[in-house]
Amino acid sequence: MPQVNGKYVPNLKAPRTPYNEEDACERARDFRPVDKGYTKEMALAEANRCLNCKKPLCVQGCPVNIQIPQFIEAIRDEEFGRGLDIIRQDSMLPAICGRVCPQESQCEGKCILGKKSEPVAIGQLERFLGDQPELASKPEVAAPNGKKVAVIGSGPSGITCAGELARNGFDVTVFEAFPTGGGVLVYGIPEFRLPKAIVKREIDGLAELGVKFEYNAVVGRITDAQELFDEGFDALYIATGAGLPKLLNIPGENLPNVFFANEYLTRVNLMKANMFPEYDTPTKHGKNVVVFGGGNVAMDAVRTAKRLGAENVTLAYRRTEAEMPARLAEVHHAKEEGIKIMELVSPLEFLAGEDGSVAAIRVQHMELGEPDESGRRRPVPIEGEIEDIPCDVAISAIGTNANPFASMIGDIKLNKWGYIEADEEGRTSDPRIWSGGDIVTGAATVILAMGAGKAAAASMTRELTK
Amino acid sequence: MSYKILEKHQLSEKVFEFRVHAPKMARRAQAGQFLMVRADEKGERVPFTFANWNADEGWIEFIFMVVGKTTMQLSKLEAGDEILDVTGPLGCPTEMSKGSWAVIGGGVGLAIAFPVARMLVESGHEVHAIMGARTKDLLLLEEQFRSILPEDHIHITTDDGSYGEKGVVTAPLERLCQDKAIDQVFAVGPVPMMKFSALTCQKYDMPITASLNPIMVDGTGMCGCCRVTVGGQTKFACVDGPDFDATQVDWDDLRARQAAYRTEEGQALKAYEEATCACHR
Ligand SMILES: Cc1cc2nc3c(=O)[nH]c(=O)nc-3n(C[C@H](O)[C@H](O)[C@H](O)COP(=O)(O)OP(=O)(O)OC[C@H]3O[C@@H](n4cnc5c(N)ncnc54)[C@H](O)[C@@H]3O)c2cc1C
Ligand SMILES: Cc1cc2nc3c(=O)[nH]c(=O)nc-3n(C[C@H](O)[C@H](O)[C@H](O)COP(=O)(O)OP(=O)(O)OC[C@H]3O[C@@H](n4cnc5c(N)ncnc54)[C@H](O)[C@@H]3O)c2cc1C
Ligand code: SF4
Ligand code: SF4
Ligand code: FES
Repeated sequence: MPQVNGKYVPNLKAPRTPYNEEDACERARDFRPVDKGYTKEMALAEANRCLNCKKPLCVQGCPVNIQIPQFIEAIRDEEFGRGLDIIRQDSMLPAICGRVCPQESQCEGKCILGKKSEPVAIGQLERFLGDQPELASKPEVAAPNGKKVAVIGSGPSGITCAGELARNGFDVTVFEAFPTGGGVLVYGIPEFRLPKAIVKREIDGLAELGVKFEYNAVVGRITDAQELFDEGFDALYIATGAGLPKLLNIPGENLPNVFFANEYLTRVNLMKANMFPEYDTPTKHGKNVVVFGGGNVAMDAVRTAKRLGAENVTLAYRRTEAEMPARLAEVHHAKEEGIKIMELVSPLEFLAGEDGSVAAIRVQHMELGEPDESGRRRPVPIEGEIEDIPCDVAISAIGTNANPFASMIGDIKLNKWGYIEADEEGRTSDPRIWSGGDIVTGAATVILAMGAGKAAAASMTRELTK
Repeated sequence: MSYKILEKHQLSEKVFEFRVHAPKMARRAQAGQFLMVRADEKGERVPFTFANWNADEGWIEFIFMVVGKTTMQLSKLEAGDEILDVTGPLGCPTEMSKGSWAVIGGGVGLAIAFPVARMLVESGHEVHAIMGARTKDLLLLEEQFRSILPEDHIHITTDDGSYGEKGVVTAPLERLCQDKAIDQVFAVGPVPMMKFSALTCQKYDMPITASLNPIMVDGTGMCGCCRVTVGGQTKFACVDGPDFDATQVDWDDLRARQAAYRTEEGQALKAYEEATCACHR
């Protein structure tokens, strides 16, 4: 580490260390991870760019306020275990968040270096540490406190809450509707972006802490809050995630080969339809695939279509690329892989071909008009500019509504869209029930879901052990 | 946890009944609800309706017909074997309004119709069963229906006239409507059967509920694969249904979506048969 008079000097000349990524043509043929992550040398070089700010803006940008300069300093000191311990004070899932956080609008978006040149690659550094979990010190586990908590849903919010509670001495059981744990991390986000082994490692870690898992258990159906309380649970944490896909509500939406992204991604990620017929679940391998949307879900869908062998993959978005909510890295990777981005179009109708399945999408071309409430310029239709785009698979990735089981689990207050009402600590209208993650906020991010799980665990611990 | 097959019964050449150990599910199952099965690590998730359950003894039963790869694979399991995943109960229970009912089951739909008929009888309704099949050998659960219903409340039709009345289920349905013997109809079976039952009922202003069977993936309202058009609106059969007002269902839409994977299903079955058939070993 460069030092002057025993004091750290950052390397101001070095450019941001680029991604350590697989060749775009090669990687787009299969589901291997796209980004291999920094080597030790790369991580050290990047850590050397950090100014070690006294008032670090990056920390304000992180939703859970990870002590970023401190963990980066630990990297420079090559004390990776210490770095991990620093992160783990605020986030339990560094290997995951380092990969999937929208860093450009959070920590890296605020990094002071970004003002003049490029921000420190905080996400990459976090992931570098997260990928060496064996170096972290063993967390302290409190003696059993005799209280039982049921966690409903094993997405990032549920598993974080379960882990925190277990370390605080609670007897925790996670109820999960699917046969595998991880929520969107396993059925939504593809292997090439977040290897399933990483998620499994987190789940296995919980099991080692004594957390019990009941799979194939749809709470609200096979059991409910009342019954769980009767069975001796003292409290519940509901983290069932976002639910039903939002409809476009246009003609032809229910034609065969028109998918919602959730179905398209689940078939491949969870059911391994890319390995059909070795695995039983099939999917459609379109030649010409069109995906609607501009978020991470849409990006995952286009890149999955490419990997299933599509020749032409188009991402059709209502606004322009600059407004896309997807992570920058995903847009960058998608373009490298040959995904075509069609800006300013809005779907009007899915048209059927001779065989009755989708053969084209009729779209309306738009232009940017006056800014709307959010300050973004609102797309308005250009009269007469209508086009039919041929396709054999169409995927809609325009968002989700509330999970339908929320109201069946227990008698708790929902807001008018069906999401659970909860305060910052995750308390709901029932004093024994906490909730957090997408079922409270609507579709959001992994780090926010994780943060909510952590906050709720702290609140539950205070409340139940006093 | 895995799910042990306690008993297996062959009801006809292609129809099997499994009794599976699932104590928690057995306490909650209700008529009209379904479960999802994944036979093994590589298996597809497929839905079956609860045919019976016993909370005290901790088991549930489902009846299935061999139509493709998964059902063929399941049919080869024996009592004592285990199924990797069984999720349920899913979907909404059948609503059992007051009055007399006709319960129509076609083909393997009879397996779904039977528990509904039984629940109706147990809760004090008068029930007529209209049982349809292509031919005598495919008529399911006759004995079971006979054990809960009087002789003159059972109406059997076969397409080829090999048993009961020659023809389709709409003939006895029409008579029951005309005689004002019923107040409400429940139908489950192949799409054309449900569609024509709905048209018949519409003529007589007779309310009819159909249990729909689109392709499903998760069965928990997450993926949207199971969507059906009812009254011009998109519904998710696994959480909003599977029962819907049959006069409002877009049957062509359902049929097209059911058939979306014909080619792949054929491929899967062929690959499986080649891998398991003695002559290929
Ligand atoms: C394709 C895709 C890509 C994404 N990419 C990113 C990204 O790059 N970066 C990012 O930050 N965020 C991303 N997100 C969003 C992020 O994944 C979610 O915000 C996050 O997973 C929410 O976590 P959660 O724990 O609230 O819910 P989920 O992850 O949705 O988990 C909920 C769990 O609860 C289970 N469940 C539901 N109902 C019941 C019930 N009744 N009983 C028992 N279990 C139940 C579900 O099966 C599921 O396992 C993406 C989302 C998708 C769909
Ligand atoms: C709510 C519901 C309840 C059902 N109850 C019963 C029952 O009690 N007994 C019974 O025998 N059958 C029932 N079915 C139908 C049963 O799920 C299918 O027969 C089974 O999935 C066929 O699988 P396969 O691999 O053997 O055949 P495949 O060759 O894969 O498919 C044959 C046909 O079955 C349907 N099908 C295929 N995969 C699925 C799937 N994942 N989900 C739904 N349908 C599919 C398709 O229409 C397809 O054309 C029900 C279906 C639904 C939706
Ligand atoms: S958790 Fe996300 S936002 Fe926070 S520092 Fe890590 S990558 Fe940045
Ligand atoms: S703002 Fe940027 S330079 Fe400053 S401490 Fe944070 S990462 Fe380092
Ligand atoms: S089967 Fe996925 S939403 Fe119904």
